[in-house]
Amino acid sequence: MKYAETGFSLEVDLSLGRTEKVESDPRDTALYLGGQGIAAKILFERVPPDTDPFSPDNLLIFSAGLLVGTPAPGANRTVVNTFSPQTNLMSHSLFGGFFGAELKFAGYDRIIIRGKAPDLVYLYIHNDQVEIRDATHLRGKGTTETQDLLKKELKDQRVQVAAIGLAGESRVYMASIDHNHASASRGVGVIMGDKRLKAIVVRGTRDLNVARPAEMFELARALHKKMGEGDGNGDWMAVDEDDSFHHNHFAWGNARTRRKNFWSDELQERWTKWKYDHMDRQTGCFNCPKKCRNVINWPGRPRFGYKCFGKDTYHMAAFLELDFTYEILGVAQEYGLDSYSTPQVIAFALELLEAGILSDKDFPEMPADSRGRFFYLLEKIVRREGIGDVLADSVSHAAKRIGNGAEAYDHNTTKKFEQLPIKLGKLNPAYFLMIATGEKMSITQIEGSFPQDPLPTQEEREAFVSKWEAPPDEKFKQYFLNWKKRDDISDQATCEIVDWNEAMHYIDDATGLCGFVSSFRGQFGGGVAYHMNNIPQMVSHATGMDLDKERLWKTFQRIRTLVRAVNVRRGLRRKDERPPEDHWAVRNEQYEQELLSKYYEFKGWNSEGIPSRQTLEALDLAYVAEDLERRGILTADAGVAVREPAAAVK
Amino acid sequence: MKADVITKLVKEIIADIDKCTGCRACEMACSAFHAKPRYSSINPARSRIRVVTDEINDEYVPVRAGNFTRTECDGRHFYQLHGKQYSECSFCRAACPSRDFFIEPDSGLPLKCDMCEDEPPLAEPLCVTVCQPGCLTYEVRQLETEVDEIEEREAMERGLAALVKQHGIEVVVDKLKRLPKRQ
Repeated sequence: MKYAETGFSLEVDLSLGRTEKVESDPRDTALYLGGQGIAAKILFERVPPDTDPFSPDNLLIFSAGLLVGTPAPGANRTVVNTFSPQTNLMSHSLFGGFFGAELKFAGYDRIIIRGKAPDLVYLYIHNDQVEIRDATHLRGKGTTETQDLLKKELKDQRVQVAAIGLAGESRVYMASIDHNHASASRGVGVIMGDKRLKAIVVRGTRDLNVARPAEMFELARALHKKMGEGDGNGDWMAVDEDDSFHHNHFAWGNARTRRKNFWSDELQERWTKWKYDHMDRQTGCFNCPKKCRNVINWPGRPRFGYKCFGKDTYHMAAFLELDFTYEILGVAQEYGLDSYSTPQVIAFALELLEAGILSDKDFPEMPADSRGRFFYLLEKIVRREGIGDVLADSVSHAAKRIGNGAEAYDHNTTKKFEQLPIKLGKLNPAYFLMIATGEKMSITQIEGSFPQDPLPTQEEREAFVSKWEAPPDEKFKQYFLNWKKRDDISDQATCEIVDWNEAMHYIDDATGLCGFVSSFRGQFGGGVAYHMNNIPQMVSHATGMDLDKERLWKTFQRIRTLVRAVNVRRGLRRKDERPPEDHWAVRNEQYEQELLSKYYEFKGWNSEGIPSRQTLEALDLAYVAEDLERRGILTADAGVAVREPAAAVK
Repeated sequence: MKADVITKLVKEIIADIDKCTGCRACEMACSAFHAKPRYSSINPARSRIRVVTDEINDEYVPVRAGNFTRTECDGRHFYQLHGKQYSECSFCRAACPSRDFFIEPDSGLPLKCDMCEDEPPLAEPLCVTVCQPGCLTYEVRQLETEVDEIEEREAMERGLAALVKQHGIEVVVDKLKRLPKRQ
C-alpha cells in the first residue's frame, strides 16, 4: 500500500488525444519527495534542453505535494512546472485551494501534459475516468466563470477546476492559472494556453492512506491548533490594516518612485472601510485554519479573492488608491493575469509613452487618466491587440521588440522576469544572494526563515531566540543574537542564512506546504508552525519513510541542485545572476562578485554556478554529471569547486 | 392519568455560516475518524459532513449527513438570505439520489452522522473540535418532556401489528418468547 502519495501519475498527450495512468517509481519519492522535486527530474529526463517552450515537446506538470491530502494542516499546494518562454528557464509556480487534494483523492500525484490540442479542450478526471473534452464553448470565458460553467454543465459542485482566462488563451506571458480565487503565476498560464488546454476538472472519491495514523493525526491536530490560535502563521495582511510598510517603502509606477510619507491614519481608516464594506468573508485553503483570502464583491465587478501584496500592485503601479485595485482586480483575475507582473508591464508602457519612445499613435483612443489607461492596456494585452501584442511578451521582451532605447526602461527584471518593485539605499548581502541566485523568479520564493532585520536590543534578541523553534541548527540563534546592523554579518553566516531560507522553500514545494505556515512566514515573528525540526516527523508519519533532519536537508540540496542543473543545461550562467542594477543605490561590484563566488563554493558549484561532479555525486545525481559532461557544460577546467556541498545542518 | 416527566438530552451542532471559511477541515477530520483503522486514511467522499460551496455566490454551508431518502424532492425551494439566493439543497441533510453527498463511494450505501459516538465516544463531534474559525459549535440541552403512557402503548401496538403483518403471528410470538429475560 502507498502512503501519502497515490503512486500514480496521469500522462496526457494532447496531440494524440491519449491519456494513461502510469505507476511511479518509489525510489523517486525517496530521493525527491514529490511536487517540484519529482517534476524537476521529469523535466530533466524528458525535455531536451534545446526544446522551445512553445514546442509540443515542452511538458506542463501539475503536482500535488507529498503531504497534500493528508491530515497535515496547510499542506494544499499544487505545484506547476514547465519551461517559460519569458525566461527560457524552468517555471515554478504554486497555487492553494483544493485542487491538489482532489487530485490525490482521484488517485494521482501529478498530471504530466505534453503535446498540443488542435483546438480548445478541457481535461476531465473522475477517478479512473479520464477524458479530453471539447472546450470551444468556453473560449474567452473568465477564470471563475469557466469554473462555474463547468460545475453547472457537469451538474457537480464538488469538482475542482483549474482554468486559464483570455490571457492564457492569447499566450500572454503574464497569464496565470486560476482555481478557487487562488492563482499560479510566474509563467505557467501561457503554456497551458499554448497547449490549448482551457481547464482541468478533477473529482476524486478514493482513500489517501497514511502510514502511522494515530501519530500522524495527533501531530497534525497539534499544529492545526497552533496555526489557528496564534498569530505566527498565515497572512497577517488579511487582518492588519496598517499597510504602511509596502506603501511607504516599495516603489510606485514602473518600480520608480518611493513615497515615504504616503501612509496616514486618515487613509487607513478610509481604506479599511472600503475593504469591510465590500468584503463577503475571508476564506482558507484545504484543511488550513487560517483565512488569508479576502473575498471582495465590488459593485459592477466579478467577485474576486486576493491575498497579501496582491491588493497593492495595481494601484501602486497606477499612482492611485485601493479602490482602483478593487475595481480592476476582479476583471484582471477573470482574464487570468498575474497581479505582480502585469501592473509593471502596464506602468512600463506608460513610462515609454511619457519618454517619447512610444507615441500616441501606439495607443489609439486611450483615455487620458491613469485609471482609464490601465483598463485600456489590460484589454489590449489580453487580446494581443496593437501595442498589447508587444506588451503581452512581458517587460524584457517588449523592450527588445520596441527598441529605440526602451531597454533602459527595463530596469526591474532579473533573468528577464519582473521583480518586486523594491528600490533601497544600502546593499543587503543576503538579499543580494537571494535575488541573484533564486531560480523561482521572485524573492518571495526564497526569503523567509531568518528575520529580515535585526532587533534593536539584546533583551529583545534574547527573548526572540528563547522561543524560536525553527532554526535547524543552534548557530542560527547565535547569528541572530550577535546581529546588530543589517549589513554587519559575516559572509559565512550570510551564505548559511540564504541556504536555510532556500531550503525551506524547496521542502515546501516538494511537500505542498504553504509558505504562510512554513518557508515564508518564520521571518516575521519566528513562531511558524512548520520547520526543519518537525517536518521530518510529519513526512515520516505520513509516508512511513524514516526521514530525519539530515536526510531532509540532503533532499533539499538534491532537488535544489537538480533544478540548477535543469537551468544550466538551458544556458543559465553567472552573468545572469544579477539583481536589478538600481535595486540598491549604493553598490560594490567587487564585493558582490566575491560574495557570489563564496556562495557558489558553499553550494558546491563552480565559478559559473554549475554544480561540480563531486557535488552531484554526493547528492546521488551522478546521472546529471554525466549528462552535463556529455554536453560539454561540465568540464575538468570549468571551475575550481571540487568539494562536497556544505552541510548547514550537523 | 398523570404523565411521567423524563429528561432527554438534545444534541445540536450549530453552523454559523457567516463564519465558514470553506477550509473543509471538518470533512478531513470526519473521514479520518471513521476510517478503519481510525485516522488511517482521508477521503472527503466518505465524510458525513460536507461544506456545500459555491464561490461565485459566496455560499459556504456545512451540512451533516441525515436520513437516506429513496427519491429526490418534486420541487425545490429557494431562500433569499442577506441578498443571496440559496437552494434548499444547500441546507438539506438527506442522502438523496439527486447528488452524490453522503453516499459511501465504494458500496453506494448511505452515510449518516453518528455525532462521533463511537466506542469510546468523543466529548464532542470531531468536526466541531477542528473547526477553528468557530463556524461549528456543539450544544447539549436537557429537555424535560412528559411521557404519555397511553400514546406509548398505542405506538407499541402499531409496531407489533406491523411485525405480525410482515412475519406472521407465530414467528413474532416465537421471537418474543426467546428474547433474553432481563430483570
